[in-house]
Amino acid sequence: MPDGALPTATAATDTAASVREQRADRPLYAGRIKVYPKKIGGLYRRLKWGVLALCLGLYYTVPWLRWDRGPNAPDQAILLDLPGARGYFFGVEIWPQEIYFLAGLMIFGALALFLVSSLFGRLWCGYACPQTVWTDLFLWVERQLEGDRNARIRLDQQPWSWARLAGKGAKHAAWLIIAAATGGAWVMYYVDAPTATRALLTGAASAELYFFVGLFTLTTYVLAGWAREQVCTYMCPWPRFQAAMFDEQTLTVTYRAWRGEPRGKHKAGDGWLGRGDCVDCRQCVMVCPTGIDIRDGQQMECINCALCVDACNGVMDKVGRPRGLIAFDTLLGGTAAQPRTSTLASRFLRPRVLVYAAMLAAVGSILLAAFALRTTVEVSVLRDRSPVFVTLSDGSIRNGYTFKILNKTREAHRYGLDIGGIPGATVSVVGADGVTPIGETVMLEARPDTVATFRLYVSAPRGALGAESTPLSFHLTDLVSGSTADHRSVFLAPKR
Amino acid sequence: MPTKIEKDAITGKQTTGHDWDGVKELDTPLPKWWLYVFYATIIWSIGYYVFYPSWPSLSSHVPGVLGYSARTDIVRDLREQAEQRAPYVTRIRAASLEQIRSDPQLLGFAIAGGRSAFADNCAACHGSGGAGTKGFPSLADDDWLWGGDLEAIHATIRTGIRSAHPDSRLSLMPRFGLDGMLAAAQISDVAEYVLSLSATGTDKAAASRAAPLYAENCAACHGDKGEGNAELGAPNLADKIWLYGGDKPSVVQTIAVSRNGVMPAWTDRLDEATIKMLTVYVHSLGGGR
Repeated sequence: MPDGALPTATAATDTAASVREQRADRPLYAGRIKVYPKKIGGLYRRLKWGVLALCLGLYYTVPWLRWDRGPNAPDQAILLDLPGARGYFFGVEIWPQEIYFLAGLMIFGALALFLVSSLFGRLWCGYACPQTVWTDLFLWVERQLEGDRNARIRLDQQPWSWARLAGKGAKHAAWLIIAAATGGAWVMYYVDAPTATRALLTGAASAELYFFVGLFTLTTYVLAGWAREQVCTYMCPWPRFQAAMFDEQTLTVTYRAWRGEPRGKHKAGDGWLGRGDCVDCRQCVMVCPTGIDIRDGQQMECINCALCVDACNGVMDKVGRPRGLIAFDTLLGGTAAQPRTSTLASRFLRPRVLVYAAMLAAVGSILLAAFALRTTVEVSVLRDRSPVFVTLSDGSIRNGYTFKILNKTREAHRYGLDIGGIPGATVSVVGADGVTPIGETVMLEARPDTVATFRLYVSAPRGALGAESTPLSFHLTDLVSGSTADHRSVFLAPKR
Repeated sequence: MPTKIEKDAITGKQTTGHDWDGVKELDTPLPKWWLYVFYATIIWSIGYYVFYPSWPSLSSHVPGVLGYSARTDIVRDLREQAEQRAPYVTRIRAASLEQIRSDPQLLGFAIAGGRSAFADNCAACHGSGGAGTKGFPSLADDDWLWGGDLEAIHATIRTGIRSAHPDSRLSLMPRFGLDGMLAAAQISDVAEYVLSLSATGTDKAAASRAAPLYAENCAACHGDKGEGNAELGAPNLADKIWLYGGDKPSVVQTIAVSRNGVMPAWTDRLDEATIKMLTVYVHSLGGGR
């Protein structure tokens, strides 16, 4: 694009034809133009294989890791036990009450994505996104069975024959097997993997389990086999707003127009004076998994996988020109009139990067701190709303509280509860005998791995209450482990 | 509606004709499969006509192949629920109130059932959680007109207070003013005396004047020291809890025209198991003895 030129709309032929007539010959819906990515080797392709192997390796093996938690607890290292309402992550056991850890992780992940995107573009899209990983795997299978780009195009143009049907059938069978393994591995994160695998294979698993395996088999098969790049272009919201994280210092896969243009065919022996390095071989287009031409500049469809970089580098080696006509470069570097290099400071010390990094660090520290301070006992106090307070016959005021102890250990524990804030008040526990004056410890007990609920009545003489609302503190000590938990509530009384 | 088709110079694609401060939008056609998804949803919707109730007829409707009905569902759900509860309900019916209270399983069931029955039948007057209000006693405090142990609460719920039930709790405080039994000045003095029982009175002279009047007219039911009598439903006058207000005008009005609140008998309206669960629930509200 020439400097300063903006896309402008120009009037089409100014004939007497109405809009309806003009539109009539134009389809409302566009047929899919199938993409046949060509095989390519190179640094980024090897990187992509490496990430793929790592991601798939983790995905399929993690549910099989074991972790001994003693009797009456699952021994799967990572397990999201939905019926039991527990999340197991190695030595950590997350309760539904602690779902904020999950929310925190999600926020952390989103911010990390923002930071990486503002620095290095869509690395997630090109390398680690499940859509990319499985599409890559399915393409590899397709290539093994049907050959490379040209062979596949030829095959699709042939009339239907038994040979073609057999070939296509083999491909879809292979896809379905991978898809089933994918769907099967997904459910292993929610149920015990060895038990579920045995049950699934022997037909003894529940209908729900088969349903979810089937569902994820279907989505994998359709999204990675059929939909492919259309997921990124039409379905995924991320490409639509990732531009908000980009600026002219963001690294993206870039065609260096200043070096490549004017492009044109080049015969061996011709000189390179007065022309660009691009020999218009279209290798970059052929290898592109989303079927775009990177030389058109930054595009929403580009997932930053850099396979075109591999392709172009190979061509540059052949024609004897330096590598890097297409490379990871900044928008500034790609559109500059001559070669320019960014300093590290200008690359990294940008407000955008610093803000994302600061937010990431803040969320990370909060998560770490919350996790480090996590205890095996938690309390919650719910003050009765109806009645707000009760006047007793001797004129003293009583408030009711629902007091809950979350015992996150695997043993029954005894706890001491100290309530403070109103001298002269007394506490009674529903179901237990006796009344404890404030200042003395109330003994409570909670069974293993449960929430124990108690009803507490606190009564205070009218004279001990200054205002309508008096702060009341609940301090619980685990008598076995020594952990403590605190909660603040109030004691309400009628107006004087 | 745009009046002429425009083509974008760079992409060669048509624009929508909309113009936002010089920014124009390309009119990019939707992918075909998107259209097919739309058709698929239409085909899917046909399933609803076939399987679910759809077309109305004059008297009813086409039931659909599955014969689905939300009414049948709720009837089934209610029946299933009743079946699940049946064993507990049977045990509650057989058990004594004290047995229910000492069995944690039955107690939990009774309190849960009692809570919902209370919300349906009792909370309109007594307030949620038995908070009470003027004229409707609090069930959460430790003061009971007709007794606060399980048996007493059970009897009160069953037969009501001043209700049409033959065994109803019944007591009638005379209308001392309206029926001319006491003069206005005497009523004022008696009110002072009553207030002095809970140490809230201000006029000691009036109170001592009314001592003989109290002994003569009130002590038979309310007791010599105003301690009340649950046998007769006579409220304790010496505590800090007032059903109709503890200020002097309220007490004067109570003496002059009497109050005599009414509670219906529930034995005809609720089954025995529900009444027992209500009893246990009310007993658990904080004042049970």
